[in-house]
Amino acid sequence: MDTLLGLLKQNARLSNAQLAAMLSMTEDEVAAKIEEYEKAGIIKGYSVILDDEKADKDLVTAFIELKVTPQPEFGFDEIARTVMMYDEVESVALMSGAYDLAVTVSGTNLKEIALFVAQRLSTIDGVLSTATHFVLKRYKEKGIFIGAEAADERGFVSP
Amino acid sequence: MIDYDKIIPDVVKGIKPSGIRRFFDIASELEGVISLGVGEPDFPTPWSVRKTAIKTLEKGKTVYTANSGLIELRQAISGYLNRRFKLEYNPKNEIIVTVGGSEAIDLGIRALIRPGDEVLIVEPCFVCYSPLVELVGGIPVTIETKEEDNFKLTAKALKEKITEKTKILILPYPNNPTGAVMKKEDLEPIAEVLRDTNIIVISDEIYCELTYGFEHTSIASLDGMRERTLHINGFSKSYAMTGWRLGYVAGPVPIISQMLKLHQYAIMCSPTVSQYAAITALNECDDEVKKMAAEYDLRRKLCVDSFNRMGLSCFNPEGAFYVFPSIKSTGLSSEEFCTRLVNEYKVAVVPGNAFGKSGEGYVRVSYAYSIKHIIEALKRIEMFIENLKK
Repeated sequence: MDTLLGLLKQNARLSNAQLAAMLSMTEDEVAAKIEEYEKAGIIKGYSVILDDEKADKDLVTAFIELKVTPQPEFGFDEIARTVMMYDEVESVALMSGAYDLAVTVSGTNLKEIALFVAQRLSTIDGVLSTATHFVLKRYKEKGIFIGAEAADERGFVSP
Repeated sequence: MIDYDKIIPDVVKGIKPSGIRRFFDIASELEGVISLGVGEPDFPTPWSVRKTAIKTLEKGKTVYTANSGLIELRQAISGYLNRRFKLEYNPKNEIIVTVGGSEAIDLGIRALIRPGDEVLIVEPCFVCYSPLVELVGGIPVTIETKEEDNFKLTAKALKEKITEKTKILILPYPNNPTGAVMKKEDLEPIAEVLRDTNIIVISDEIYCELTYGFEHTSIASLDGMRERTLHINGFSKSYAMTGWRLGYVAGPVPIISQMLKLHQYAIMCSPTVSQYAAITALNECDDEVKKMAAEYDLRRKLCVDSFNRMGLSCFNPEGAFYVFPSIKSTGLSSEEFCTRLVNEYKVAVVPGNAFGKSGEGYVRVSYAYSIKHIIEALKRIEMFIENLKK
C-alpha cells in the first residue's frame, strides 16, 4: 500500500503539514493526492475508532453469520445490498467458508438486536439461517488497541 | 571501620556518573511524563528471532559456547559484513561475539592502551568512551564536531589533535546523539590522514542499518584501513535486540587475539540463547530491518520539520534514531531547557551536554516512539517554546 494511505489508515487526523513532512512532499501535493484518492473511490470516508465501553455504555454489538441462497442472476450481491440498507447494520462482507455473509449490527440492548435479526434479517428472501454472536469485549479495532495500552517498559531515558 | 574512601582507587572515584542517568531520576519522580528520551528501538525483536530463542531453550542448548562465540554465528556475521559492507573477516580468528557493542569497545581500549596514550574521541558521542579510556590510564582527547559541519569529523579537526601519543581514534557514526553520518566521501579524507600512522580506528557502527537515503560505508572497507580498524557492531539497534546483550567486533588477528584473552577471562562467552537467536536475525530478518528503518525515516522527517517550524533549528540527521535540535535561540542552557521542559510540560528529552561539552546548546530527541506519541510530545514542546517567548 502507498505510504500516504498507510499513514491515514493509522490516523486520518494527521495534518497535511505533518504528512507532507513525513513523505517529503509539499502540503499542496498531499492535498491533491488525497483528493485524487477520494475521487477514485479509494478513500471511502473517514471515521473514528471509539472505545464503546467509555463512549456509549449502552451500545451492544453483534456479529451475525448469514447463510443465504445466491440469486440466479445477481449471486450474493442482491441480498447483501438488502441487508446493508438497514441503519442498524454497520458492516456486511461476503465470506468464504461455513457461512456466506458476515454482518455487524449494533443496538442499545440484546433484545433489540435479537428482534432485528429475527424480524428483519431472517425474513429476507434467500436467507437460510442466522447465527448471532454478541461482542463482550473488544481488544483491537482497525489496528488500534482498545482499552489500556501496554506500558512502555523502556523507562524515560537511556543512553 | 573500613575506610572505603581509601580502598577505592582515585581513577574509579573520578569517573563521573552518566548525565543521562541523572536525568532519568528526575523524570521518574514526576507524574504524567511522556518521553522522547530512550536510546533503544520501540519495536519488539522480530518474531522469528524470538522463536529461535524459545526453541533453543526447549532443546536445552544452555551451555557455554566457544569463547569467541558460536562458529555458526561468526560465519553468519562474516557473511553479513561481506554482503552489506564488502568487508572480509575470517570467522575463525577475526571476529569475537561480545556482550553488546560496549564490551567490544572496552576490550579494544584495554587491549591497545598503555598509561599515557591518547585516545581521540569524536564528540558529541555516546557516554562510555571517556570513562573506559580513563580506567586504563589513557588520556581522552576530544575532537568537537560542529553543526556547521553537520557534526561530521573533518580531516582538519583530526590532524589538529594528533600527537605522537595518539593511539586510537574512536569514530562513532551513524552518531548517537546527533544522528550525523559519515558517508564514503567524508570517510576518505579521514582515511587519508590515518593511512601512514599507527593509529587504530575503533569504528562504532552500531547504527549502521539506520541510515536514510543512502547506504552506510564502513571505514574498514576503504583502501589500507582494514589493518588499522576495529569494526564494532551489534544486534541492539538494527534488530531491536537491546535486552539480548549481543554485539561483536571484527578486526585484524594481532589485535583480536589479544582482545579474546580479555573477553575469555572477563566474560567467558556471550549468552548462548542470544547467540542462536542472532543467527536467525542475520540470516532471515533483512526485510524486517528495512521495514523498521522505513518507519523511523517517517518519524525522523516529522521531527526535523516540527522542530524547524517551532523555531528550534534542527540540522538534518541522516542516521540513527535521534534528532539534535539547537535550543540556543531560547537563551537557556541544555540542562535548564530539559529540566524546565520535564517539570513544566512533562516531556523528557536529554540535554546535549550529557554527550560532551560540544553538545551544549542542543537536546537529544529520540524518535524511537510511535507517531502518535511523538506528535503529542512535540505539541507539548511547542507550547513550552511559545510560552518562553512571552
